[in-house]
Amino acid sequence: MGHAFAVFFAAVFTNNILLTNYLGMCSFLGVSREVKTSMGLGAAVVVVMTATSVLNWLVYSFVLAPLGLEYLRFIVFIVVIAAFVQIVEMVIERVSDTLYAALGIFLPLITVNCAILGVSLFMVIRSYTFLESLAYGAGSGVGWAVAILAMAGIRQRIGGSRVPKGMEGAGLALVIAGIMALAFMGFNGMMRLN
Amino acid sequence: MLGAFLLAVGVAVAINLVLTGLILFAGATVGDYGECTVRVNGDREVKAAGGRSLLSTLKDSGIFIPSACGGRGSCGLCKVRVEGGGEPLATELPWLSKDEVKGGVRLACQVKVKGDLAIRIPEELLSVAQYEVEVASIADLTHDIKEVRLKLIEPGAMTFKAGQYVQFEVPAYKLTDEPVYRAYSISSDPVDRGAIELEIRYVPNGICTTYVHRHLKVGERVNINGPYGDFRLSDTGRDVIFIAGGSGMAPIKSMLLEMARTGCRRNAEYYFGARSREDLFLEDLMQRIEREMPSFRFIPSLAAPEGGDEWSGETGLVTDVVGRRAGDVSEKEAYLCGSPLMIDACVELLKKKGMPEDRIFYDKFS
Repeated sequence: MGHAFAVFFAAVFTNNILLTNYLGMCSFLGVSREVKTSMGLGAAVVVVMTATSVLNWLVYSFVLAPLGLEYLRFIVFIVVIAAFVQIVEMVIERVSDTLYAALGIFLPLITVNCAILGVSLFMVIRSYTFLESLAYGAGSGVGWAVAILAMAGIRQRIGGSRVPKGMEGAGLALVIAGIMALAFMGFNGMMRLN
Repeated sequence: MLGAFLLAVGVAVAINLVLTGLILFAGATVGDYGECTVRVNGDREVKAAGGRSLLSTLKDSGIFIPSACGGRGSCGLCKVRVEGGGEPLATELPWLSKDEVKGGVRLACQVKVKGDLAIRIPEELLSVAQYEVEVASIADLTHDIKEVRLKLIEPGAMTFKAGQYVQFEVPAYKLTDEPVYRAYSISSDPVDRGAIELEIRYVPNGICTTYVHRHLKVGERVNINGPYGDFRLSDTGRDVIFIAGGSGMAPIKSMLLEMARTGCRRNAEYYFGARSREDLFLEDLMQRIEREMPSFRFIPSLAAPEGGDEWSGETGLVTDVVGRRAGDVSEKEAYLCGSPLMIDACVELLKKKGMPEDRIFYDKFS
């Protein structure tokens, strides 16, 4: 139990999936212009990451591993994620228009987000238990959301300032992401995740 | 060895089947919205299975809302007023003004039909239809503009106003996996209801222009839908200034043909800007219209004549020529068609010369 907490906090800070592994960059760069939209995307990532890491853990531990088919995990994880996202989207659309407007429209964007698949793969490589996987999925989601929110905040403030032509858009965003990654390295002294 | 292979395939297939089953089940339960009724402009009713976008639901019932991106929310054209349609999604906001949001305007491709809806669309869209057409001829107007004549097959005639445009459906081919639609102004006289002409300029790697210039053959059948647009000549009787560049010729030509045919006596000047001699076209036709309609003057200009061009007409950008020749414009009307850059510059100039903004009409290429 204690270790699961450690995994959670490490996933948020010291081993932030976005800023240390640089996964999930496309939506990170594409949807980080406004704090409001990145909040919606961040929330969607938290939900999907947590749920898919649990689902994939179950599929891996009870289907793939016992049959010795671990190498199928790439294909299997990605279809589990895609199917899950599609079903969740249908349900949200049916249940609540507000929730759909805030969260649902981002779901198709993150089906193919490599950070989601990355979390499922890391959890297998690091042989996490069920609880640890849950914590790792949720922590990575929160970490990703924290990173994109910070990024959107920074980009919103930069919005009004004059940026050299060659640095506009993705160029500057990548430099900012690099500096943020350096800042997150500061958390490294706190704990370490293997 | 074979056993391991079969096991792997079997497991992968089984997992996929289970997931597909779940999605189908969800689609049939959570995703099933039953039959929904869309009320259009208070009188017409469209019944269709719910769960799809408003744009495609309407299209299947023969109501065509202009859309260029095929329903991905990236062109912002398919605006409709939805009564009680809820808040626009974040994907729509970039395309809607504050007033439109307040007035309940949504993008039809982003509204899902989940229950009964009431919408308002411009009445003229109800006369929009899909037409099957046959390519009757393709002619070179310049080195990069082709005139395409399309004979209407089903329905066999179209009623349109000079200045309106149609959408050309490009079938899936090398450059596109799915049909896409591009808007082109009709350049022929509205009196000719059995066929229309389009003027299409080649844009490198343009999905539609490449198709028309490199693949389209005489005799081929394609689909168009229309007519759309409110770029048309007013009936105020004021003097008219036309300004166009390149294939912006098309809607103006349609208006001029109609004016000449009906014996219109309004004073009209047509400033047409081309880069060099080889980009200038339809001078014969314009001279014929000048003879038939004594109140009309065609004033072509070349922005950058080539060394070999024999040219005694105006030179310089079309805005400069208008600035030099147009005189007092405060009582006239202007009709502009061409690139956004040209139009912005002309609107600026005409306003500076004293023309009220509400008498400047334009059709911007996008």
